[in-house]
Amino acid sequence: MNVADKKRVLHEMLFARRFEEHCYEAYVERKIGGFLHLYPGQEACAIGVMEAAKPGHDYVITGYRDHIHAIKCGADPKAVMAELFAKETGCSKGRGGSMHIFDVEHRFMGGYALVGGPFPLAAGMAKAIKLKGGDEIAICFLGDAANNQGTFHETLNMASLWELPVLFVCENNLYGIGTASHRSTAVTEQYKRACAYGITSAQADGQDIEKVYEAAKVAVEHVRSGEGPYFLELCTYRYRGHSMSDSGAYRSKDEVAEWAKRDPIQILRDHLIKAGELSEEEFTAMNRAIMETLDNEIVPFAASSPEPKLEELEKYVLAENDPWVNPHVTGGTR
Amino acid sequence: MAQMMYWEAIRRAHDEEMARDPLVICMGEDIGVVGGTYKATKGLYEKYGPERVIDTPISENSYTGLGIGASFLGVRPIIELMSVNFAWLAMDQIFNSAAKVRYMSGGQLTAPVVIRSPGGTAHQLGAQHSARMEKVFMGIAGLRVVTPSNPKQAYGLLKSAVRCNDPVFINEHELMYNLKGEVPDGEYFHPLEGSEVTRMGRDVTLFGYNISVHWAMQVAEFLAKQHGIEAEVVDLYALSPLDRQGIRDSVSKTHHAVIIEEAEAPVGVGAEVMAIINEECFFELDAAPVRVSGKMVPIPYNHTLEKAAIPNAKDVVAAVLKMLGK
Repeated sequence: MNVADKKRVLHEMLFARRFEEHCYEAYVERKIGGFLHLYPGQEACAIGVMEAAKPGHDYVITGYRDHIHAIKCGADPKAVMAELFAKETGCSKGRGGSMHIFDVEHRFMGGYALVGGPFPLAAGMAKAIKLKGGDEIAICFLGDAANNQGTFHETLNMASLWELPVLFVCENNLYGIGTASHRSTAVTEQYKRACAYGITSAQADGQDIEKVYEAAKVAVEHVRSGEGPYFLELCTYRYRGHSMSDSGAYRSKDEVAEWAKRDPIQILRDHLIKAGELSEEEFTAMNRAIMETLDNEIVPFAASSPEPKLEELEKYVLAENDPWVNPHVTGGTR
Repeated sequence: MAQMMYWEAIRRAHDEEMARDPLVICMGEDIGVVGGTYKATKGLYEKYGPERVIDTPISENSYTGLGIGASFLGVRPIIELMSVNFAWLAMDQIFNSAAKVRYMSGGQLTAPVVIRSPGGTAHQLGAQHSARMEKVFMGIAGLRVVTPSNPKQAYGLLKSAVRCNDPVFINEHELMYNLKGEVPDGEYFHPLEGSEVTRMGRDVTLFGYNISVHWAMQVAEFLAKQHGIEAEVVDLYALSPLDRQGIRDSVSKTHHAVIIEEAEAPVGVGAEVMAIINEECFFELDAAPVRVSGKMVPIPYNHTLEKAAIPNAKDVVAAVLKMLGK
């Protein structure tokens, strides 16, 4: 990353932080319902990895902590916020919600709420890429707790066996909901677990985006060049509880404070200031501009958008007018 | 029209669709080198190669999920689950991913997969290889469920299912793969919705699906010969959605309904058909509809007990005679 890139990803991470904070506020004001899983603390993971990949070209899939992954792939933040507000203008037309952000045009193939569910879906997309002969790769972002699901083991086995172009990114934030990783997992260094399936793996600092980027570049290159799957563990931390219904009381204040010292935005900001590439004033202006965009454009768009129509409750369940339902009547051909 | 076995009809549908579209693939346990436990994919591995005819590890949930993920990008996988009893392991991916993705993405993403799987009581396969699960699949929004009763349907339903843009579950039967029947020589697409009147009658409607259509036909012939009762047999090859109009039309004609299902009665096809009769044509009834179904037991190993756990022709005849007061 050159200086311009670094400033851009600093902006993206700061935007992500403020976006999620606005989600928090809207949730407290009951403008957002359901479950809400926020990303502060982990920004360098999605943004750093996708910086090394091709957003909008590579296929990305993840779990329920998905807002920032979608935005980094190219989703319009207004459409993401509108989805959280359950509006027709939302990227999933208000049918998905926070855990089910989709933007297929930008190849963000969705957020899924069953822990570990996206593993095989990602491998399947990689299988499709291989069959079709494209240069895309599939990227699956999940947390460390997903690796205790059967789908992790089943999928890594098949991905390795069939040399599928899929990158598994494990955002290891040390907790599966409220249970610490060392209390649920025999081998807590997640990258070691991929070795059982003959998959090349690595561990990197998930708080320093330059380190994430460097590690991801190696990983993406490996997968794109046809060398099979890759597993990248990023050591990170979420500042908030698992979701809004979780205060995070199972963690000590000292632990949270310790991780706050390694804030991904702070690290990059300090690095740029130290190098003389960024001034405090520039950073303050960047922050102000982001806040203005969120307050004056993104949130008002979501708030003022129309709700889905009641008469369209049953739309999108099945394909409309599919000729194969009754080919004799419709003369279905393809 | 050529005579063909049920498995040959399924195999032919695979072959034609794979020859037409390089993105049609098939996957499952032992379907490649071995050619399929029921021969439904025999010879395809040699013809289309390991990239398109995929022998999977025994990891039902994840290979089903892998097929679903591939379908997101336009691949058309035909996934074989060797026994429907193993489909429980794949329920997360079928239910949470395939069936819901269109809806929760606001129509952006679809999962056009076909999942084929046999169930039912065969020859002393025991509790964990004999159950039927159509009742589970037909209660899932976003999933189509069909169940062929003969080779023509087995061929035509699979052809339509591969091309349909929805996920389709095809429920087959362990005992029916060697069943012979006529299949059109040219390409044929069976509709994924509707029902078929297999035998016309005026006195009572026997609703069946998959193997129970054959039981219904035997009973209907017997009733005609021995009791002068003309039973209509309706084949509910589409279980989700069920054919409300077909059910209404037949009951409005015969005013009597018996539903024959191999599975245990609770939350089953019979319960659903009776609910539809109530909603569509209750006042056409001359008698309360009856279910002839399996017992509420895991299927036993012992052969005598096994036979007693599922309905037979005598049970159906008794139900009809009682209903008609004979």
